[in-house]
Amino acid sequence: MMGISEKMNKPALADRVQEIRKDFPILHQQVYGKPLVYLDNAATSQKPQCVIDAVKRFYEIDNANVHRGVHALSMRATEDYEGAREKVRGFVNASSTKEIIFLRGATEGINLVANTFGRKVVGKGDEVLITELEHHANIVPWKRLCDEVGAQLKVVPINEDGSLKIEEYDRLITSRTRLVCVAHVSNALGTVNPVKDIIAKAHARGVPVLVDGAQATPHEIVDVQDLDADFYVFSGHKMYALAGIGVLYGKQALLEDMPPWQGGGDMILTVSFDKIVYAGLPAKFEAGTPNFGGAVGLAAAIDYIGKLGIEEIAAYEHSLLHYCAERLSAIDGVRLIGTAANKAGAQSFVIDGAHPHDIGTIMDRQGVAIRAGHHCAMPVMQHYGVPATARASFAFYNTFEEVDAFIDGVLKVREMFAQ
Amino acid sequence: MNDLRDLYEEVILDHNRNPRNFQKNPPDANRHAHGHNPLCGDDFTVHLTVKDDKIVDVGFEGVGCAISTASASLMTEAIMGKTVEEAKQIFGNVHHMLTEQGEDADTSTDVGKLAVLSGVKEYPMRVKCATLAWHVMDAALENRDDVVTTE
Repeated sequence: MMGISEKMNKPALADRVQEIRKDFPILHQQVYGKPLVYLDNAATSQKPQCVIDAVKRFYEIDNANVHRGVHALSMRATEDYEGAREKVRGFVNASSTKEIIFLRGATEGINLVANTFGRKVVGKGDEVLITELEHHANIVPWKRLCDEVGAQLKVVPINEDGSLKIEEYDRLITSRTRLVCVAHVSNALGTVNPVKDIIAKAHARGVPVLVDGAQATPHEIVDVQDLDADFYVFSGHKMYALAGIGVLYGKQALLEDMPPWQGGGDMILTVSFDKIVYAGLPAKFEAGTPNFGGAVGLAAAIDYIGKLGIEEIAAYEHSLLHYCAERLSAIDGVRLIGTAANKAGAQSFVIDGAHPHDIGTIMDRQGVAIRAGHHCAMPVMQHYGVPATARASFAFYNTFEEVDAFIDGVLKVREMFAQ
Repeated sequence: MNDLRDLYEEVILDHNRNPRNFQKNPPDANRHAHGHNPLCGDDFTVHLTVKDDKIVDVGFEGVGCAISTASASLMTEAIMGKTVEEAKQIFGNVHHMLTEQGEDADTSTDVGKLAVLSGVKEYPMRVKCATLAWHVMDAALENRDDVVTTE
C-alpha cells in the first residue's frame, strides 16, 4: 500500500519509528496470535521505558512524603516533585510554577474550576458557554453548576465536518456569559479548535476561558501564554505518563482569588479549631498527599516528548491520520465521522450494517485495538444520529503498516456484514 | 477468522440483518419492559401479549449490536406461543449456556436453535449484549417497570 502521496513525503520521524517502538515494551506482543496494533491512543497512550523506569527509580530510591519530613528521602522526593512541576511549567510555558496544580487528571481540573471559580463568578441568570463536541468531563461539571445556581448552559453547535460553528460562537457569547469552556482537540472527532481565536473573542468581552487540553498535549504545542488561556487542564496518561496524574494551569491572579476546593494537609499554613489560614499557590489546591510518583513519570514523559520534538510528532501523526482517512474513505459503506480541515490524533467512522461494537470485536481478534462506543461524548453521537462510532487514534509509535492492518480489519468487517 | 465465525455464525448475521418481530408493538400487547446498557448504548423494548398464561405475540424495538439484536430476534421466535413458565425456562437455559463455564456448561441440547448463541461465551465482554433482551423479556413477564441493564 506504499505509494500514497504522504508516503512519498514522509516526515522525518517515519524513518525512526522502528527505533522509537523499541522504547515501548508493551507494543511487542501478540494478541490472539496476531501482532498487537494499538490504535486506542486517545483513550490512553502507552508508556515508554524511560517513564516506567523513572517511576520505578523514584519508588526504589527516593520515595517519601513530600513537603513534610526533614530527612534525606523526603527532601529528595520533594525535589523530584517540585522539579516535575517546573518541567510542566516549561512544557506549557506558564510564567510561574505557582500556576501549575497537580491533580488526578483533566477531569479533576475542570471540577476544581467549576467548584471554585465557577461558583464565584456564575450566578442566577448567567450563562456558561461550552461546545457540542465536548466530552462528558467538560459538560457534566458545568451542567451541574448551572442547575445548582440557576444559570444556563449554552452550547456552540458543530458543522457536519465536526468543526465549530464559529459564527454561532460569536452570537452565543453575550453579556450574560461568565465562562467559556472548550476542548483544544475533540476526542471523538479529532477536531482541533481555534482556541486562540476563541479566547481572544471571549477576552474582548471580558469572559475567561477554560481549555480542556487532554487530547491536545500529546499532539500539539501548547503555550498557555501565547493562547492567553485562563485555565488549561490536561492528563498525564494521554501523553505517555501514568494514569492518576494531571495538571490544572491557571493564571496566578485568578488562582489567588479562588477559594480552595478540597481541604486537608498541605493546603494550609496554620490550623486551629477557630481559624484556618490557607497555604499559597500551588499548595492551596493540593490537599492531601499528592501523586508524586505520577508527577515524576510525567516529567520523564515531557523529557521524552521533548527529545522527539512535538512538531516532529505532530507532522508524523498527521501523515498517519491522513493516510488512514484516505484509505477508509475509499471503502464502500464506510462513513467518516469528523472530517474537519484541522485535525489531530483520531478518526471516527461507522460502517453500514455493522455496529461499532461488532467492528471492535472483529478488529480485536485480529490484534487491532480500537475504541468502539460513545467516547464519553454522547451529544456528538446524537449530532451524527449514531449510537456509537468506531475510532482509530494514533501516536508517534504507530506505523503505516499498522494502518494497513487496521484497514484489512475494516475490509473483513465489510465482508462479514455485507448487506 | 474461524473463531470469529463461532461468534458471528451465519444465523446470527441473518437475524441481525433481518431481525424477526422487530419494530413491532402488537396492538394487544399487555406486558412491556425496557432495557438499556449505557456503556454500550444497546437499548431495547420488548412487548408481549400474554393471554391465559401464554405468550401469543411478541415484538421488540430499539438499537444494538449484531449480538444483542440477533439474540433478541432469536428470543422472539423461541418464546412465541410458549407459556410464561416455558419462556422462563428457556431464558434460564440460555442464561446458563452464556454464563456457565466448565463441565456444567454444555446445555446446548436444551436450547435447540438458540445454541448458535453459545459462541458468545468465549467473548466475555459481549455476554451482556446477548443477555440484554432476555432480561428485558423476563422483566416484561413480571410487569417490572425498572429499566433493565446487564452491564
